[in-house]
Amino acid sequence: MSVFHDSYMTTALVAGTGIALACGLVGYFLVLRAQVFTGDALSHVAFTGALAALAFGIDLRVGLFAACVLIAVLFGALGRRGRADDVVIGNVFAWVLGLGVFFMTLYTTNQSGSSNSSGNQTVNVLFGSILGISSGQAVTALVIGIAVSLVLLLIARPLLFATLDEAVAAARGVPVRLLGYTFLVLIGITAGEASQAVGSMLLLGLLAAPAGTALLVTDRPFVGLAVSAVLGVFDVWVGLTLSYFVPDTPTSFWIMAVAAATYACAVAYSRMARRRRRPGVTAAAS
Amino acid sequence: MNPGFTWNIITDVQWMWSLPSMVNAFRAGLAVAILAGVIGWFMVLRRQSFAGHSIAVTGFPGAAAAVYLGLSATVGYFGFCIGSALVIALLARGSGTGVGERAHSSALIAVVQAFALALGAVFLDLYGGFLSSTSAFLFGNFLGITDEDVLTLVAVAVVVLLAMAVIGRRLLFASVDPAVAAARGVPVRALSVLYLVLLGATVAEVSKFTGSLLVFALLVMPAATAQVITARPGLSLLYTVVIGVLVTWFGLAWAYFGNQATGFTITSLAFACYVLAYAAKSVRRTLRQGRPGRLEVA
Repeated sequence: MSVFHDSYMTTALVAGTGIALACGLVGYFLVLRAQVFTGDALSHVAFTGALAALAFGIDLRVGLFAACVLIAVLFGALGRRGRADDVVIGNVFAWVLGLGVFFMTLYTTNQSGSSNSSGNQTVNVLFGSILGISSGQAVTALVIGIAVSLVLLLIARPLLFATLDEAVAAARGVPVRLLGYTFLVLIGITAGEASQAVGSMLLLGLLAAPAGTALLVTDRPFVGLAVSAVLGVFDVWVGLTLSYFVPDTPTSFWIMAVAAATYACAVAYSRMARRRRRPGVTAAAS
Repeated sequence: MNPGFTWNIITDVQWMWSLPSMVNAFRAGLAVAILAGVIGWFMVLRRQSFAGHSIAVTGFPGAAAAVYLGLSATVGYFGFCIGSALVIALLARGSGTGVGERAHSSALIAVVQAFALALGAVFLDLYGGFLSSTSAFLFGNFLGITDEDVLTLVAVAVVVLLAMAVIGRRLLFASVDPAVAAARGVPVRALSVLYLVLLGATVAEVSKFTGSLLVFALLVMPAATAQVITARPGLSLLYTVVIGVLVTWFGLAWAYFGNQATGFTITSLAFACYVLAYAAKSVRRTLRQGRPGRLEVA
């Protein structure tokens, strides 16, 4: 296969695998805790962080990571037991977006004249381009992805307990609050890394689609966790391969298309399974 | 271009309103704030901020697609926003309030948003890279609104608000206590589908002025502030509209005199209101807890 002869495909595969692994694992808990909105908010916060860094002339990645991790911790501080209410998230994040516009204006004024470049940066942060990253960045993405995955697997058991029954877990001495914060920091790191390598849009998709699929397919948590991680990597690989054979289309579209198609199949499957379980009910959706 | 802010408010306002585009911006701001306030009030009450945000974001690829196909951006906004609202409403399990149901519906909402954005990436790519209007789709353009735009906005606002007036009471019941409402014969599911479609229409219309990213601010912030201030439904709905209108108008004036983007000024003012309301509430609560025997200190 000539797919692997092109070096940019190899870099994309390396980076994509690391990010997909982290997103699949983090995403599973995110969906289970019904905290996907946090991931969504952070993927947009990344944009403000990047623009702020541009406006002050700092490295873009510093801004991304700082913004994602800080806002993630802030969400935890504002919520009960390290879990933020979605109205609080909505308010903070709507304002952070407004701040992003401010930094964009600042950056454009400083650059004076090249107003398109800030627009292009915006589009890059939103849509990313996994094919454009260097091999150094790819290795960083892989290392961060694996590190996040390892930490998550380390805390998976108590985190699951705290997720499914917070009160009982707290009574049994599980540090529910600390776990909540650790988890939020992991989301922040994942969001910061993924949004610069693959774009905010793909980040949200990779957080939610494999995990949502896993949750529909199996009720067993650790099986679901594994399914979610494997599906994430699968989506990226198939998506990258498709984009190789259909040139001139954005890679992120193909990855997202595969992820969404898999999810749609799982939705159809779970509906059929539920209907079979209740033979008396003939109408699908009432 | 701008005459600059003097402390003589009356001449300032006269200056500002001598421009027809500014007058139209204030008119549009009024309609947008009322419409988004009422719809957003239910969104906050129903804890559907995530759905609202996703539907708002799908307007951006819709506009990109429409412009690529040579249609007006309006068609794209309405098509995608209402379409995604329908997908989210029809595929969500049950009422979406139980723990498991919340998990499933949040995954669904995220997939819809991410997939719509992926489509947007395709259309941007087909268009040949960077669209000069991308920034307007994302962050809106309150200046350069024509009389015709204002008329369309008011027409959509009237239709949506009339529909809300018809279903408002039952929707409130269904939002506060879905189980009891269902037992009383209120069509909870139909109402929630209809509500999301109305939300989609609102977002589609408002996005033309505020952009896909900032429409969400007007939906969530005034409503959240009002619901922090009071728990009485009618009163907080009224506060929502008042806060929304004030924030939008002052934001427009600030943007005009300070040469800032409206997205930044409006969200900053709205966020300041929310933080103030929140702080006032916690201070009052601490005072009350600190002196258990006494009446509330104002």
